Amino acid sequence: MYKIIKRKPLNETVVELHVEAPLVAKKAKPGQFIILRPEEGAERIPLTVAGVNSELGTVKIIFQVVGATTEKLAHKMEGDFIKDFVGPLGMPTHLDGLKKVCIVGGGVGCAIAMPIAEKLHEMGAEVTSIIGFRNRDLLILEDEFKASSDRLFVMTDDGSYGEKGNVTAPLKEMLEAGETFDMIITIGPLIMMKFVTLTAKPFGVPVTVSMNPIMIDGTGMCGGCRLTLNVDGKKVTRFACVDGPDFNGYEVDFDEAMSRGRMYFEFERHAHEETCNLYKKEVQ
Amino acid sequence: MNPKRNEMPVQEPSVRAHNFSEVALGYSEDVAIDEAMRCLNCKTMPCVSGCPVKIRIPEFIGKIKEGDFEGAYKIITESSSLPAVCGRVCPQETQCESKCVRGIKGESVGIGRLERFVADWHNTFSTEEPQSPQPNGHKVAVVGSGPSGLTCAGDLAKKGYSVTVFEAFHVAGGVLVYGIPEFRLPKSIVAKEVETLEKLGVDIQTNVVIGKTLTVDELFEMGYEAVFIGSGAGLPNFMGIEGESLKGVYSANEFLTRSNLMKAYLDGASTPVMKGGRVAVVGGGNVAMDAARTALRLGADKVYIVYRRSMDELPARREEVEHAEEEGIEFRLLCNPVEILGYNNPENPRDEKNGFVTGMKCVRMELGEPDERGRRRPVEIKGSEFIIDVDTVVMSIGTSPNPLIKSTTEGLLVNSRGGIVVNEDGLTSRNAVYAGGDAVTGAATVISAMGAGKVAAKAIDEYLSK
Repeated sequence: MYKIIKRKPLNETVVELHVEAPLVAKKAKPGQFIILRPEEGAERIPLTVAGVNSELGTVKIIFQVVGATTEKLAHKMEGDFIKDFVGPLGMPTHLDGLKKVCIVGGGVGCAIAMPIAEKLHEMGAEVTSIIGFRNRDLLILEDEFKASSDRLFVMTDDGSYGEKGNVTAPLKEMLEAGETFDMIITIGPLIMMKFVTLTAKPFGVPVTVSMNPIMIDGTGMCGGCRLTLNVDGKKVTRFACVDGPDFNGYEVDFDEAMSRGRMYFEFERHAHEETCNLYKKEVQ
Repeated sequence: MNPKRNEMPVQEPSVRAHNFSEVALGYSEDVAIDEAMRCLNCKTMPCVSGCPVKIRIPEFIGKIKEGDFEGAYKIITESSSLPAVCGRVCPQETQCESKCVRGIKGESVGIGRLERFVADWHNTFSTEEPQSPQPNGHKVAVVGSGPSGLTCAGDLAKKGYSVTVFEAFHVAGGVLVYGIPEFRLPKSIVAKEVETLEKLGVDIQTNVVIGKTLTVDELFEMGYEAVFIGSGAGLPNFMGIEGESLKGVYSANEFLTRSNLMKAYLDGASTPVMKGGRVAVVGGGNVAMDAARTALRLGADKVYIVYRRSMDELPARREEVEHAEEEGIEFRLLCNPVEILGYNNPENPRDEKNGFVTGMKCVRMELGEPDERGRRRPVEIKGSEFIIDVDTVVMSIGTSPNPLIKSTTEGLLVNSRGGIVVNEDGLTSRNAVYAGGDAVTGAATVISAMGAGKVAAKAIDEYLSK
């Protein structure tokens, strides 16, 4: 059992939890993830580590309520326990030698991008961050990004905060103006990462994407998280849990990943509704 | 004396095909004693030579003859830490029973059935608690709580070692809980065997991935004097054909884990799995049989086993194949998939059915020259392609060893297939690091993994008693 030391809602659907897990806290590096099960009988879900406090032995996770399991997790309060919490899993993001980086985060993906921005900033790299949200109410971590970025662009789809438009707009502008980066690191919805990759392609800037497919064990046993990469014109299968979660954006078959991500869409929608109804009944 | 063994009572095929309850129901006391009487108590004990953990078979059967079932249990547990498991899943017909003298003119003694009877009798009626032995002050770490790890842990605990087992999943048992289905090995039985080990003093730490959460070197820093690696097989193999990433294509590991470990077969389960429709399982091993029979119980209308060789080469246990056939699973033999086909609505890219499996294109095969293992090599018959209509495809074509431990343990040698290299004692290329089971051999049986755990436990004891 893993105790929740701190809980902080970041907006209506995004919650930050600090979970006591000293062994994980000691090892976790930016880009790695954990798998948790909020309670007995619940699903195992992967969540990327959003930070650690090695002195307190806590791991920070930030998640958006999107289904039954995250709904259950969101109902856990300070002092409550998470049944299972295992990690750190996957490979850390490769940051060695990077001097000038553009971080592109979308929605709750910004939570995963943030520790990478912090780490790069700490390493003395020049960090440009572009963070995007649907609207002002969904904005998270602006101050944290400000603190660790040399330049920050905040974008909203509806223009209710920052600039109106997609995260690709400022990226394209910079690249067209002749700027270049050692690496673009993008984390967010698949469709966003696909378009960030397409935007960067004509300029030949390397792109790292963080994939978040459906997983069960997270240690390379089940193969549910497999992705297809196109490596030098050859299709290869890779497992996000052990080979990733970071991949070269130019190699990832995003359309396939998007399709696979929707495999249990109906089941998940139904399960989420049922869970919400249960909580509503409890409140009544 | 009866040349035939006592039949194992089983659930009717038409009934069991729709439930997850155990297929084989077990012997009664009378039937067990009757079967035990068939044992000739050979002085040379050929059966024992066929047992990877060297259970003193004629002795325990002798106790059954006397009606001393607890006495029989004690003899078995001196050699095996998991009798209720082995009595169910060991391929006895190729091991102990294959050496039975009774098998020469008739059927061998039902040794596996008797072992199961004894273990179940103990679990149901015995009030005797295992005695935790006097601690000897030595600490050993075991990686993985599958059959090899549990056996190694049990043997060492009985000798007074302080043993900690590290398990990556949230529950102990390894392949016994995620892989082998409820109808073949009820999870309550695995839990009971694990509980027995805990009573012996074995400490089980779940949610720890060795190679990630802790490394083998850190285990030594923590004061463990020897480490046994029983981390099991890993990464599932795929065929590398077109369409394997369509929705509805699973590895057997994923399909079985969803159903067994995550309980997707129960109503109201939190973890989904595709149920119903038409299912093709590709492969011919025990795992393939488990996947096919699971698919049937999840409500499939039709289940196929697609295997590229013929029935004679099918590697699964005969009993499992027979059970599968009785339940209505159709064997498409000499048949190899070349492409998995998916739904695609060109008019509507948002059609929710897009990307789901609709069929599997196969080619017919014929058997050619024997390969290096003596099995006749299947060869494609040109132009014989045909399509099987299916909604789900389960790839059950083996696994490759997991890279997590070797990549984080300096000096740990692996062979060309990724299996950890060990000597006859289970010792790896690293001092005080032992390994066994699928992590060494690649996918094999529960009992061979247990045998390896046993050998390593003995070697660890000798090493630490020096």
